[in-house]
Amino acid sequence: MASCKQQKIEALSGQARVLRQRVIEMLGESGSGHPGGSLSAADIMAVLYWHEMRVDPSRPDWPERDRFILSKGHAAPILYACLAEKGYFPVDDLLTLRKLNSHLQGHPDMKQTPGVEASTGSLGQGLSIANGMALAAKLDGGEYRVYALLGDGELEEGMVWEAVMTSSHYNLDNLVAIVDYNKLQIDGDVREVMGITDVARRFRSFGWVAIDIDGHDIGQIISALNLARGTKGQPTVIVAHTVKGKGVSFMENQVGWHGSAPSPEQVEQALAELAGGKE
Amino acid sequence: MKGMALKKATRDAYGEALVELGKTNPKIVVLDADLSQSTKTVGFAREFPDRFIQVGIAEQDLIGTAAGLALAGKIPFASTFAVFAAGRAYDQIRNTVAYAGLNVKIAATHAGVTVGEDGGSHQMLEDVALMRAIPGMTVIVPADGIEAAAAVKAVAEYTGPVYLRMGRGAWPLIFDEAYEFRMGKATLIEDGDAATIIACGIMVSQALEAAKLLKSHGIQVRVLDMATVKPIDTEAIVKAAQETGAIVTAEEHNILGGLGGAVAEVLVETHPVPMERVGVKDVFGRSGRPDELLKHYGLTPEAIVTAIQKVIARKA
Ligand SMILES: Cc1ncc(C[n+]2csc(CCOP(=O)(O)OP(=O)(O)O)c2C)c(N)n1
Ligand SMILES: [Mg+2]
Repeated sequence: MASCKQQKIEALSGQARVLRQRVIEMLGESGSGHPGGSLSAADIMAVLYWHEMRVDPSRPDWPERDRFILSKGHAAPILYACLAEKGYFPVDDLLTLRKLNSHLQGHPDMKQTPGVEASTGSLGQGLSIANGMALAAKLDGGEYRVYALLGDGELEEGMVWEAVMTSSHYNLDNLVAIVDYNKLQIDGDVREVMGITDVARRFRSFGWVAIDIDGHDIGQIISALNLARGTKGQPTVIVAHTVKGKGVSFMENQVGWHGSAPSPEQVEQALAELAGGKE
Repeated sequence: MKGMALKKATRDAYGEALVELGKTNPKIVVLDADLSQSTKTVGFAREFPDRFIQVGIAEQDLIGTAAGLALAGKIPFASTFAVFAAGRAYDQIRNTVAYAGLNVKIAATHAGVTVGEDGGSHQMLEDVALMRAIPGMTVIVPADGIEAAAAVKAVAEYTGPVYLRMGRGAWPLIFDEAYEFRMGKATLIEDGDAATIIACGIMVSQALEAAKLLKSHGIQVRVLDMATVKPIDTEAIVKAAQETGAIVTAEEHNILGGLGGAVAEVLVETHPVPMERVGVKDVFGRSGRPDELLKHYGLTPEAIVTAIQKVIARKA
């Protein structure tokens, strides 16, 4: 049993590595975009798409599929990497990111990209969309679950807290919010910009179940999602403590890598580090 | 007028002008919503940290806080991207700021398709329409860095709500340091009688290029920089209609409700003449390089030339 679990964890962490490589390749080619918050979410995304969620890439509109909402839409590269690697569209498309006539827009556009559940990019709005989907699932007796990934800086948007109230008011236990708590936004450290601390406690005070985890520990991500699945009558938030730019040494914890693309030399170095499995 | 060599983004000019203002006017306060490096308020933040208020990613709070500062006698400049200022905080701008006539300056950057690769979610094309429809709101879209800096100073001296629309990219300087910005007045940049191009923002540069192309075909057009879209310079529009008999507007905005709409409203009630509107044709933007997008959406000198040819052909 234990070794089986260990194998699973290794496979998922290998998948996360591939996703990180894709992110770097895409951004190197596009010359613009957001590496930091894409890399910090890679392990979470690998677990969601390769372990947790019931999705069928050959039927992106399957009514019973689980839904994923990238509320922090600027991390589009990590979502596109997942969708391509899952088979929603060819992996080669990734290299058209942000180019004129590409279906891969700078921020997720559901009308253009198969597998994108909602158009995002204006921060703070994803949890409301997820609530709507979770409410619809309850109304229709649907079995599907809804997952929303939020940035920690994004929590500064008032609309997030309006949605946080709605989720618990309607007992949306089929909804999971994941906060990519990488401690950075654009103008600096989230604690300095707007005192973003005690995230779990804040959610709890709004009636949520809240779990703090290491967002790069695959085992912890799986356990937290299991706990959410087993929770009845309340929504769950997973506060995933992460490192912005995770996996690429020169990007880690560097605020400057929020929204700038690597040069060809930096792409090479980043890919070498990722291939070497340096974490 | 400059030889069109130097380039500068209006947002850069804004950032520098703020620092200058801060030195002479202690009432100036600046607010930002986690985009200070992009909106260029970062210079003011470094120089006058006590008078810089970072609200985080919270545009509605940004405008509301600016309103409170204005009520307490400060002159707040609130900055974020145009899409989040005019869009996300529309109700705060309408009901808290404008309804009360508060002295809040909304300095929005990254307007239009020249935002580029970030795509349609970030390319604001409706802000002039939204802001123009609010009673008492002044709407200014500077054509270059010089005009942007001058407008910032003028706006600080004026009492009342203002929406200042700026862009991301560096564009040629049209004016020189001697340029005097007059709020509410169009600036004649090029004179002619075949037709008039009325433009704002980066489209003034495109209009000047178009005028050059037309000149090579023996067509001499007038070019008006209509930086103040509201209150609009009715006099200059009527005069252009009377003297040139045809008008083309050019804006990096939806053709609905922006500069073209404002000019058309004046013309139909005063001196109707053939008119064409160059702008984004009621669609959202998309990802791409700014130059590619200008072409894709028909915001080029060539598109203006075609529109001029059309209005001239329609002249009686
Ligand atoms: C409503 C809105 N305001 C501002 C922005 C510009 N913006 C894009 S990313 C970002 C910072 C996000 O920080 P965080 O949520 O911590 O994301 P991460 O660190 O995961 O990249 C900002 C301010 C936006 N996209 N939407
Ligand atoms: Mg963050």
